[in-house]
Amino acid sequence: MGMTIAEKIFSAHCGREVRAGELVVSDVDFMMGQDGTSPLAIEAFREIGGDRVRDPSRVAMVIDHSSPSPVEGISNLHDMMRAFAEEQGLKLYDVGWGVCHCLLPEQGHVAPGDIVIGADSHTTTYGAINVFSTGVGSTDLAAAMLTGKLWFRVPHTLRLELGGRLAEGVYSKDVALYLAGQLTADGATYMAVEYAGEVIDSLSVEARFTISNMAVEIGAKAGLMRADDKTLEWIHGRVSRPFTPAEPDADADYQEIREFDLDGLTPQVAEPHRVDNVRAVEEVEGVPVREAVLGTCTNGRLEDLEVAARILTGRRVDPRVRMVLATASRQVLMNGMKSGVIQRLIEAGAVMVAPGCGPCVGTHNGVPADGDRVISSANRNFKGRMGNSSAFIYLASPATVAASAVAGKITDPRRMM
Amino acid sequence: MEGMVYRGKAHVFGDDINTDYIISGKHKFKTLDMKELACHCMEDIDPEFTVRVEPGDFIVAGINFGCGSSREQAPLVIKHAGVAAVLATSFARIFFRNAINKGLPVIECDTSGIRTGDELEVDLEAGKVTSLTRDDVTEVTPLPDVMMDILREGGLTDYLRKYGGFEL
Ligand code: SF4
Repeated sequence: MGMTIAEKIFSAHCGREVRAGELVVSDVDFMMGQDGTSPLAIEAFREIGGDRVRDPSRVAMVIDHSSPSPVEGISNLHDMMRAFAEEQGLKLYDVGWGVCHCLLPEQGHVAPGDIVIGADSHTTTYGAINVFSTGVGSTDLAAAMLTGKLWFRVPHTLRLELGGRLAEGVYSKDVALYLAGQLTADGATYMAVEYAGEVIDSLSVEARFTISNMAVEIGAKAGLMRADDKTLEWIHGRVSRPFTPAEPDADADYQEIREFDLDGLTPQVAEPHRVDNVRAVEEVEGVPVREAVLGTCTNGRLEDLEVAARILTGRRVDPRVRMVLATASRQVLMNGMKSGVIQRLIEAGAVMVAPGCGPCVGTHNGVPADGDRVISSANRNFKGRMGNSSAFIYLASPATVAASAVAGKITDPRRMM
Repeated sequence: MEGMVYRGKAHVFGDDINTDYIISGKHKFKTLDMKELACHCMEDIDPEFTVRVEPGDFIVAGINFGCGSSREQAPLVIKHAGVAAVLATSFARIFFRNAINKGLPVIECDTSGIRTGDELEVDLEAGKVTSLTRDDVTEVTPLPDVMMDILREGGLTDYLRKYGGFEL
């Protein structure tokens, strides 16, 4: 029997053939912590008795979750990260650089065939460029910083074959939400997912990131895609070291293969308070919203901004709606200024906060009021997620977010195209 | 962790208890003081939990406990709230790993028969949960050896201090 992408990547790292279910200790090619998880990792590193990080060139720390800091407690934790990064000579992306999951691929830290860990659950994002990347906790990050290695159970793989063509107004976010609805929040727990099929082939690399980003919302350990020409072109100029993409075998031993025909897919919305509580936009239209969020590691890239701007150009955000824009990185912001897309969004009434997580996780930048309904391009809508457990979060594509911001209520973006 | 046998009362929650419910992001980013954070454990879904729970009690849940973020504060606040172990039908994988790394026993077993207030005895080495209230025994899905070893040392930091690396 052939091998899956996950089995290929682990076998290459272990120097022998390993199969799903096996426990292995593997080198980690790159590792990352953000400002919610790095301080605990640094503490754990010291507790283990750590002195030097094994290979500082394989580590980055990112200040993105509460950035710039809203309160002194967080400021001090940020300083702890700065001091550690300086002491150990590792890369620190300070306030203003952007969200970790946008930065790692953008800055060329991760390459096809790599094994990457991040102390953040959405580390699955880089699976879109054929990286076995998975979220861990702070102590696992500390262990990997110290030893350069971590233990893993090679996961079984659920293969999702996505056929058909996405209609106008339907985006990779709608695919990710649809899959969450179909597979549910624990549909792929302990498993890697392989995404394949015409739909994936047709998407840009940026759009693919959105799907792998949300692999963890169905419980997956990794959300893998093969590296095709688009991937290699995207990597080119970013990654300077050699790398080896992993191709799945045609007769790979999958735990399960599921096929979806996405020809008739319409824009999707996840209703509060669960990511897998998904409906077609037609069924949710008309719900009044008071806040609209465009950004996050799911949908804060240039393409996402452009999709929103196409709808917002010549229109205005409803005066009762706060539309908060957080670009996923400084580079996205600069490219967006160059292309004029930022100008168009601001003109239409959006307010911009620093590149980073923005209001996604409830620490700052747009905490909703009691009873507020929020339409967001993020990946989670749990109760309390944005800092107020009496608010209601709806997840959708940047197009649906923009259309809803204009109308002041959840709106099918195809009405404004 | 002598023998790894625990006795306490069950506090039952539902399916898909996510890490935002265990400890909300609005609190966790501010401090590393887990005692302080532990006062907010489960706050958004059960504001009285930290008042009712007694040292040595168990959290009991359905499927996919701990889904959501990778925050290690989640198992840590549970531990600091005095909870001895979490029993669930299934766990989200990052939480599962983090709990073991922090020395919080996580027990995968059929929890459907357990009700809030039931007296339980959990024997980790033997892999069984006994309901003293209902007088029945449930088998536990065994942990991989490496996880049992980490748990025996009380967590990953102590494990690594002892072994210096991972032993499979
Ligand atoms: S943008 Fe939101 S989901 Fe993404 S890393 Fe930041 S807090 Fe997490």
